[in-house]
Amino acid sequence: MTHSDLSSTSLQTVPIHTEEDLLTARHAVRAAALAEGLGLVAQTKLVTAASELVRNCYVHGGGGVLRIERVLPPPRRGLRIVVADQGPGIEDPDAALADGYSTGPGLGHGLGGARRLVDEFELRSEPGRGTTVVITRWTA
Amino acid sequence: MPGDRQAAREAVMRAIAGNRGRIASTWVDTQLARATPAIGGEELGEEVQAIISCLLEGLGRDLPDDRVATGHAPLREAVADLSRRWARLGASPTAIATAVFSLKPAILGCMAPQAEEALLVGRLIDAAALVSFQTYVDSREEIIQRQNRQLLEISTPVVHLWHRVLAVPLIGTLDSARAQIVMESLLQAIQDHQAAVAIIDITGVPTVDTVVAQHLMQTVTATRLMGADCVLSGISPRIAQMVAQLGIDLSEITTRSSLADALTEAMRLVQEEGRTERTPAG
Amino acid sequence: MTSPDIPIIRLGEVLVAGLSRELDDKTVMLFADELSRRIGDTRASTVVLDITKVEVIDSFAARMLMEIAAMARLLGARVVLAGMRYSVAITLAELGLALPGVETALSVEHALNRRAGP
Repeated sequence: MTHSDLSSTSLQTVPIHTEEDLLTARHAVRAAALAEGLGLVAQTKLVTAASELVRNCYVHGGGGVLRIERVLPPPRRGLRIVVADQGPGIEDPDAALADGYSTGPGLGHGLGGARRLVDEFELRSEPGRGTTVVITRWTA
Repeated sequence: MPGDRQAAREAVMRAIAGNRGRIASTWVDTQLARATPAIGGEELGEEVQAIISCLLEGLGRDLPDDRVATGHAPLREAVADLSRRWARLGASPTAIATAVFSLKPAILGCMAPQAEEALLVGRLIDAAALVSFQTYVDSREEIIQRQNRQLLEISTPVVHLWHRVLAVPLIGTLDSARAQIVMESLLQAIQDHQAAVAIIDITGVPTVDTVVAQHLMQTVTATRLMGADCVLSGISPRIAQMVAQLGIDLSEITTRSSLADALTEAMRLVQEEGRTERTPAG
Repeated sequence: MTSPDIPIIRLGEVLVAGLSRELDDKTVMLFADELSRRIGDTRASTVVLDITKVEVIDSFAARMLMEIAAMARLLGARVVLAGMRYSVAITLAELGLALPGVETALSVEHALNRRAGP
């Protein structure tokens, strides 16, 4: 697994099981972004991206977990959010990333939108085995 | 971990633990003989002691030899600290890596190493030297990026042109990073000044590519979302042609050929809003 | 009855609602119900949604706002979204969410003043 290699430290884990957890997760990401010194716009983009992922995890994945990690150099310093569920998975990840794709509430800009708001985006999903999305924002 | 490698690691740990003082002083002497950089023996001693302690801790953990330096955070930080400190004093990345490398003879000199043990020390210290090198490169990169950002901010001033009218005159080539900063500082200024109209003047911009055009469109969208209007001015015939060739649709955007025309339009928009504002309700 | 999370006040023909810092799904949905009732009761011509305090709008919240605007239009009222923060505006623009058909204003004050226009 590339996202949990030795050059990153786990900062916090938030379980996603109830609707209240969506807010808790957002707050945790906001606090971490602030602590890492991200500017207001960068913070807002990261929190919004995380919000999309957490909602997908809750609505489609039947809940899961959000993990906040600090990425250390090498290669660069950054903040990484991992959202994982053990839900039904995504049949066609490429289609899910296209704008307008939606199987639930929202405008169908969730995954594709989250990708545009961050520096790195990785989606791993197998039908029947859950979905993991890893997003990274470089802080330096 | 196979038995012989485990044994080699234990032997190396014993050798380091039993000869801390000697390893440190050998290393310090080596650095002083090179006389680069200008750091006193006492400070060098502290640096190397810290690294040796972390090295021992790291060896005690279940990490492959070549991952101890990166995987054991205190060791990585100790090496990175040395690298940063020396870099500040003007040491070259090669000099820093060489200093880390010289831990190898210092450690091996106080034991009669078996082949496996010598290899282990080699892998360990090579990885540490790489960390020092990488730290140097990263901190350079950080400095360059910070300077770039500062330069960008200076080169994209938002001007308060008229009552509730802001303008950013853009000069020079726009890349994605600069377009992003223009967008952010303009929108923040709209919020701070409660401006009704924002003018983006691209008279001084020689070329526009798809990415930059997209940023401009996003700026217009964001301006509208905030409740203000955006006017794009100074589109030269050359740029107009480029935009058309790229297949970008600017028809939703208010455009004017010159900054003066854009200002006239902006004042009209402000006046229009002002007139409705003064009209008594009802 | 007004939902305690999102107060709605009436100024003549205008309803002004102040959205809180965090828009959670349930609050927004309750608010949409409450607002449609109030528009029906008061025959308001304009609804101003004060989003000055809102720090994050994701695609779900954006959809809710657009639905509220569409619902209000059906009831004969126009909706003005007032005071969107620049950080939120940039994020929405990058998400490709331009909120077409929704009117905007810099602040509640601007929204109220503009109402009297031609």
